[in-house]
Amino acid sequence: MDLGKMLIDAGRAALGVPAATYALSAIGLNLQFGYTGLLNFGHVASMLVGAYGVAITVDLGGSLWLGVLVGILLSLVLALLLGVPTLRLRADYLAIVTIAAAEILRLLVRSSWANPLTKSVFGIQNFADSFYDLNPYPDGAFGIGSFRFTDDRFWVMTVAWGLVLLSTFLVWRLTTSPWGRVIKAIREDEDAARSLGKNVFGYKLQSLMVGGAIGALAGMVLAIDQQNVTPDTYQPLLTFYAFTIVILGGAGTLWGPIIGSVIFWFLFEFMNAFMTGALDQGWFGSVLNSADIGPIRFALLGAGLMALMIFRPQGIFGSREEMIIDAG
Amino acid sequence: MPAESRDLSAVAAEPGSPKPDPILVVDGLQRSFGGLKAVDVDHLEIQRGTITSMIGPNGAGKTTLFNLLTGFDRPQEGHWHLNGGALVGIPAFRVARKGMVRTFQLTKSLARLTVLENMLVAARDQVGESFWGSLFGRWKEIEERNRERAMDTLERFGMAHMAGEYAGSLSGGQRKLLEMARALLVEPELVMLDEPTAGVNPALTQSLLGHIQGLRDDGLSVVFIEHDMDVVQEISDWVVCLAEGRVIAEGPPGAVARNPKVIDAYLGGHHGEIDE
Repeated sequence: MDLGKMLIDAGRAALGVPAATYALSAIGLNLQFGYTGLLNFGHVASMLVGAYGVAITVDLGGSLWLGVLVGILLSLVLALLLGVPTLRLRADYLAIVTIAAAEILRLLVRSSWANPLTKSVFGIQNFADSFYDLNPYPDGAFGIGSFRFTDDRFWVMTVAWGLVLLSTFLVWRLTTSPWGRVIKAIREDEDAARSLGKNVFGYKLQSLMVGGAIGALAGMVLAIDQQNVTPDTYQPLLTFYAFTIVILGGAGTLWGPIIGSVIFWFLFEFMNAFMTGALDQGWFGSVLNSADIGPIRFALLGAGLMALMIFRPQGIFGSREEMIIDAG
Repeated sequence: MPAESRDLSAVAAEPGSPKPDPILVVDGLQRSFGGLKAVDVDHLEIQRGTITSMIGPNGAGKTTLFNLLTGFDRPQEGHWHLNGGALVGIPAFRVARKGMVRTFQLTKSLARLTVLENMLVAARDQVGESFWGSLFGRWKEIEERNRERAMDTLERFGMAHMAGEYAGSLSGGQRKLLEMARALLVEPELVMLDEPTAGVNPALTQSLLGHIQGLRDDGLSVVFIEHDMDVVQEISDWVVCLAEGRVIAEGPPGAVARNPKVIDAYLGGHHGEIDE
């Protein structure tokens, strides 16, 4: 078992496109959940509309940039559709409606009825060639030591991490402004915010829309990286990954989603490699076989999340003091 | 505010009596929960520039009335006017902007915001509170002015030294004070205080009452819900007693305390023991 290689593979995942994609997704969710207190359990739906917005637009003959625009517009429309009927209700209604809406959307995209547009279960492939045509890097590998990536991967990474930084900048500007103070006030107590003359509904809607648009960007990165969209990529699991990352990094903190995503992917890939290695060494005897590794990864992930909630509920960047106040 | 506006000696001490200069006028307001009529107020006027106490036994509908008047709940019937402007169907945040600001029985301090942030969030007309304004607006100067006002108000309430602390770390009484101070930053004309002294120790209660009188002396109108008759006697200009959703008596504090209807409402028909 080559521990060094495992660490390097895990490190590559933590620096690569997956971590950037999920960081982006988590940044959007963090604005909604961490700062505004909205329990959006259907965040994956905004990733889906972002990804399909690009894929379908290009598939129908539009340009990639038009696709990006379409994806963002769709995510804003989605946020309006979900938010307008539910944001006046208690927080848990939003959770129920959003998780259901995300699943409805996925099944709709998957259905044969939508086949002419979405190619249902087969999905759409190879729609991002014009993105790779823009690759400014010469052919070859880039990076340091073991952390080398092909020029195409490096190009996606550049754009993905660039978007992560841009979104973080946007969230920083928003949350350190009076606007951000109002959404935090809404998170703490929406009736209090109302009594002070704040249009709570409007702020929630704005937060849902901006977070959704950032989620759509994450979906686009995911789709462009894989040159492939299929409906079953966008399972509720992705939303829960994003929640795990937000909580791991610290909900309502600026850098939490990024660090959370890096650590999440490092641990996830390391665990994967370690379990596979241990299986090859015969450490598990006949108790486990290779088919068990996948589910066990998730079980360990769940256990890790539980441990986190018990021992460091405020996440990595969160403040202990705030957490105690919240409980009291 | 000149003292004569507080002189209500010419006003009849009976339910629904007209006032010389009412800031708030309520007509035919009704709210039922299922078969229970929680609020059923035919007519009520609140005099500008006074402290009006609202008393009544538990379940009399005082908080429900507050919720209706401030837009936190919708009545089935009735209308009410603030400074002559109708408030029916106006959402709570607009009611606050129109000048009627409320506090809550269970204090709603914004726990994970600092005391100063609690104050600043209440300030009016901050362009940085709009989405585009926060990104491109020139909100820093407004913020500076608001900060000064917030610190002045905190100073007045003796909380300036706590400006940087999380509101969640304050004691119950301090939170009540903060909530009252915060309401002032909305620049209200009428402050509706829902049991500001509940659960507050006697020393802080005295200070709270002093602040309430201070609001009146600054020309604000105050309506507050209170259970403690001693407190009511001490600072009210006028008292309104609710029972089973109706205004059963109003008048100067002394007269209301002696009113047999009020005594009946508090003690029940049997005049047994009271737990207050």
